[in-house]
Amino acid sequence: MKSLMKSLAIAKKDVLMYYTKGPVVIFGILLPLFLFLAFSVGRSLPLNFLIAGLISMTVFFASTSVSPAIAPWEGQMRTLERLISCPIDEKTIILGDIIASMTFGVSISAVPILIGVVIGLIPSNPVVLLLGIIASAFCFSCLGLLFSAYPTNLPSTVMMISSLIRFPLIFISGIFIPISEMPEWSRILAYLSPLTYFTDIARYSFDLMPAFPIYVDLLVITAFSALFLALAVELHKKAIYKRI
Amino acid sequence: MIAIEAEGLKKRFGNVEALKGVSFKVKRGETFGFLGPNGAGKTTTVRILTGILKPDSGKARINGYDVVEETLKAKQSIGVLPEVSNAYPDLTAWQNLMLVASLYGMRKNEAEKRTVKLLKEFGIYKRKDSKVKGFSKGMKQRLMFCMALISDPEVVFLDEPTSGLDVMSARMIREKVLELASDGKTVFLTSHNMEEINMLCDRIALIDRGKIVTIDTPERIKAKVGGNVAVEVSFDKPVRLPRRLNAKKLGDKYIIYTTAVHETICEIVDYAKKNNVKIVSIDTRTPTLEDAFISLLEGTK
Ligand SMILES: Nc1ncnc2c1ncn2[C@@H]1O[C@H](COP(=O)(O)OP(=O)(O)O)[C@@H](O)[C@H]1O
Ligand SMILES: [Mg+2]
Repeated sequence: MKSLMKSLAIAKKDVLMYYTKGPVVIFGILLPLFLFLAFSVGRSLPLNFLIAGLISMTVFFASTSVSPAIAPWEGQMRTLERLISCPIDEKTIILGDIIASMTFGVSISAVPILIGVVIGLIPSNPVVLLLGIIASAFCFSCLGLLFSAYPTNLPSTVMMISSLIRFPLIFISGIFIPISEMPEWSRILAYLSPLTYFTDIARYSFDLMPAFPIYVDLLVITAFSALFLALAVELHKKAIYKRI
Repeated sequence: MIAIEAEGLKKRFGNVEALKGVSFKVKRGETFGFLGPNGAGKTTTVRILTGILKPDSGKARINGYDVVEETLKAKQSIGVLPEVSNAYPDLTAWQNLMLVASLYGMRKNEAEKRTVKLLKEFGIYKRKDSKVKGFSKGMKQRLMFCMALISDPEVVFLDEPTSGLDVMSARMIREKVLELASDGKTVFLTSHNMEEINMLCDRIALIDRGKIVTIDTPERIKAKVGGNVAVEVSFDKPVRLPRRLNAKKLGDKYIIYTTAVHETICEIVDYAKKNNVKIVSIDTRTPTLEDAFISLLEGTK
C-alpha cells in the first residue's frame, strides 16, 4: 500500500515533467497520426476498419513514448541520484513510470475514439474496447521500458532504438492489412507482436470479424505484459546505477 | 551509539582504485568532516553510505542497518544532499518537496507543515510556486538542502554543500549545519574547504587517493604539524637555513613549526647576522588546518 502511494507520487512527477516534452508529443501523438494518414488516404477501406486501426496505432505510440524517455532524461538532468537516495526500490520507480506512461496512452486514445464518434462510428462494445485499451496501454508501457534498458543518458539514442522497434511492429500487426489477408510468413510474425492482439480487439469493437476470440487476445496481452515487466525490472535494476 | 560505520570499503572504476579500504565510525550527534583534495574518494564514499553505489568489498551501516542488505531501512533514516544533483526543473519548489516527502512515506498534512517550515527557514517560501528552472544556483542548493531535511532525518549527508555558491547562500548553509548539530543530528560533511570543516566539525577524517590519512579533532590534527606556533620568515636573498630548524619553503617564505618560539627566532636572527642577509618579514601565527593538511599529505607521499 505504502509502496503504491510512492509509485503514484513518481507517476505524478512523470506527468508534470514529461508529458509536454517535444519528443514525447511528436513521437507519441503527431507521428502516428501522420503515418496513419499517409497509409490510408486514397485506399478505399471501410471507415470502421480505419478507425479501429487508428485507435490501436495511437494507443501503441502514445504508451511507448513516455516510459522509455524517463530514465535517460533523469540521468541527463541529474535528478536520478536525488531520486534513488530516497527510501524506494527500483520496482516502485518502474511501476510509477508505467502508470504515467499507460495513463498517457489511455488518455490519448480518446482522440481517435472522438474522431470516430464525430464521423458517426460508435464502438458497439465500449467495455471490451476500454478493457483492451487499458490492458494494452500497460503492456506497451512495459515494452517501452525495454527500449531504455540500455544505460545511455542520451534521450535521442533511446528514441532511435524505440523507433527501430516500433515501426516494424506497426507493419506486422495487421493495422494496414488484416492478418487474414497476410502471406503465411508475415502471419507468423504477426502472432509475435502484442499489437496484433490489441488491433484485433479494436476491430471487434467496431463490428469487424476478429482473428481470435477476445479472451485469447486479452490473455496473450497479459502474458506479454508479465514478460516485459519482469524483463524491464531485471534490466533497469542494473542500468539505473550506470546512469548516475 | 554509532550512527555511521564504514569497514574496509573498497571501490574500483575500471582501473581507477577510488577507495582502497576506507574505515571509520561516526557517533550519533557528531558532525563529521570528510576532507580531501579533488578525486580523493569523498563522493564515492558518500554514495556507498547512502546506498547509491555498492562497494566491491567492505561493509557500511547506518544506525546499525547494512546499506546493501537493508538499503530501504538505512535510507529511511538519512537525508542526502548529493554533490552534483538537481531538483526537477519543471516542478515547483513545493512540488519537489512534496514528491520527496511522499517517497519517504510522510502523510500529506505532516509533509505540508514541514515544507512550509523549511521553505521559510531557507528564505525561499515566496518562490514556492515557481518552477525550479528559474532559480539561481544558490536557491537551487537551498531547495536541495530542504529536500534533504524534509523527513527530519537523524543522519544527514552533505557532499560539498557550499562549493560554488554565492556568499549569502554558503553562509546560510553553514548556519544550518550548526543548527542541525545543536539539534543532536549526525552530520556527515565533505569539503575541500579547510576553514569550513574547521569551523563546523567535531572530528575530521583526512582522505587522500582513496585512503584515510588520519581521523581526529581539528585541534589535535593541527597539533600534529609538530609545534603549536608557525614562524613565517622571508629574507632579501635566497638562504639555506640550518637543517635542525626543519623549515618548509613556501614561495619566498620559510615556515617553521615549533614549540620553542624564542629559541627559534633567536636562531633565525643569528643566522641572518652571520650570513649577512636581511630579514624582510617575520611573523608568528597558530598553525591552520591547511598547514596540517600539507604536512600530513607530504608524509604519505
Ligand atoms: N562513476 C565513475 N566512473 C569512473 N570513475 C569514477 C566514477 N566516480 C568516481 N570516479 C573516480 O574515482 C576517484 C574518486 O572520485 P570521487 O569520489 O568523486 O572524489 P572526490 O569526491 O573526493 O572528488 C576519482 O579518480 C574519479 O575519477
Ligand atoms: Mg566529490
